[in-house]
Amino acid sequence: MELNQFIFFLLSGLILIFSVLAITSRKILRAAVYLLTVLVATSGLYFMLNYEFMAAVQLTLYAGGIVVLIIFSILLTSHISHKFEQPALANVFAGALTGILGCGVAIWSIIKFPFVATTQPALVVDMKVVGTQLMNTGNYGYALPFEVISVLLLAAMIAAIIIAKKGN
Amino acid sequence: MDLNIYDFTSFTKWVDTALNSVMSPGWTMLVELVIVGIVFIAAYAVIGLYLVLAERKVCAIIQNRQGPNRVGPFGLFQTIADLFKLLGKELISIKNADQFLFNLAPFILIIASFMAIAALPFAKGLHAIDLNIGIFYMFAVSSLGVIGILLAGWSSNSKYSLIGAIRSGAQVVSYELSVGLALLSVVIFSGSMQLSTIVESQANGWWIIKGHIPALIAFIIFLIAGTAETNRGPFDLAEAESELTAGFHTEYSGIKFAFFFLAEYMNMFIVAAIASTVFLGGWMPFHLGGFESLNHVMDFIPPVIWFFGKTAFVIFIMMWIKWTFPRLRIDQLLKLEWKYLLPLNLMNIVLIAFIVLMGWYIK
Repeated sequence: MELNQFIFFLLSGLILIFSVLAITSRKILRAAVYLLTVLVATSGLYFMLNYEFMAAVQLTLYAGGIVVLIIFSILLTSHISHKFEQPALANVFAGALTGILGCGVAIWSIIKFPFVATTQPALVVDMKVVGTQLMNTGNYGYALPFEVISVLLLAAMIAAIIIAKKGN
Repeated sequence: MDLNIYDFTSFTKWVDTALNSVMSPGWTMLVELVIVGIVFIAAYAVIGLYLVLAERKVCAIIQNRQGPNRVGPFGLFQTIADLFKLLGKELISIKNADQFLFNLAPFILIIASFMAIAALPFAKGLHAIDLNIGIFYMFAVSSLGVIGILLAGWSSNSKYSLIGAIRSGAQVVSYELSVGLALLSVVIFSGSMQLSTIVESQANGWWIIKGHIPALIAFIIFLIAGTAETNRGPFDLAEAESELTAGFHTEYSGIKFAFFFLAEYMNMFIVAAIASTVFLGGWMPFHLGGFESLNHVMDFIPPVIWFFGKTAFVIFIMMWIKWTFPRLRIDQLLKLEWKYLLPLNLMNIVLIAFIVLMGWYIK
């Protein structure tokens, strides 16, 4: 087996095992750590594809940002001795069904997509191209979505401050 | 083989071809990974141990004391003896703690700092991995370390640890912004995120000289924010001895405590190394555009010495700050970031973009 393949199977194995662990764990902080492993392994996959920008974004936003926020809120709200109870059977059933359905949709669309094998070297993603495309108002430009999302985030932040200040 | 102290490119090429001639490409890759890993582990331990010693010496000089001077000449082996003492200590297991996370936490901290030093350019050609987003990658992985601190605080099942971890989390998350924006200023100047390109762009003068006042402001902000991000004094309220015993690592003992200690000093090294790479030219000797004779004289000093010399200089500044200023309160700490550093930083970024647009920096 090639080293490349070995690392691919290692990373995808990690992703699969830890995503199952993240939803089955009864301890909330452990679930967050399993989620962290999944996200870091995903960024490893991006590194394998030579898509370093995406990998670093994955690390900063998901692993360094969202997981830190999740862990931070767990620290503030939950006690170490707290353990979730086993959910009701109907909930387990409904959750499993939704999961299998979503999995089916994902697998179906992956099989439908015509993957073309190529021997060309991987594309180098130039940061300048990413930057100009993000700030572009023309075709495939992201200036408008970027601004809309920042307004949305600002609204969310103001709402959070108002909720937090309500008592006094 | 030709080992050239000024340019390691031919040396690493020689190692690669020598390994390729005796084994298959897959095995070469594996052996090279192992060699690089061992070199980094050795460097990690040595640098970490001697930074602890340097800190104690600098602290002693500032406080008008002798410092460690018993073990070896000038106390040079003091921290190595300390390491063996820590290795021999009992690992106390905590009742009602989450053992799995408790044991995992120091490793997350260590792994995060390991991932960061992998992308550092130590000298010309001595660069383990040259990503085209090098500086962004360093910023991304160094932000993972805080997870280790948060986990350590929570899984210890102790009030001191939890409060320390929450303080540290709030501190690191907010100061990360300033670190990123300060680094962004040099990215705007050099027009690249690749660390090798950033170093090459300083061949006719370091960015702190070429970018004059805005670069100096960014450098100072980076020093403050970097000191805060590594939880060092005067921002060390996550482990304030007098109020929290030791903060998030109160319950750790023996080698697990040593891991936290080592990671803290390595994070300081990483912050100093990034500062010297992006603002002070990294391994690039002191060059000034137009002064050819000065540049030739400076070229005689090998790049490795330049890199470690500048890093040591920045580390000395950070130690000086730690032993000179009193510790901040948590509200002062957050006020400093959100009311002063962040607005200043944003204005500085706009100013730099304008200066680069008009071409008002030294090219």
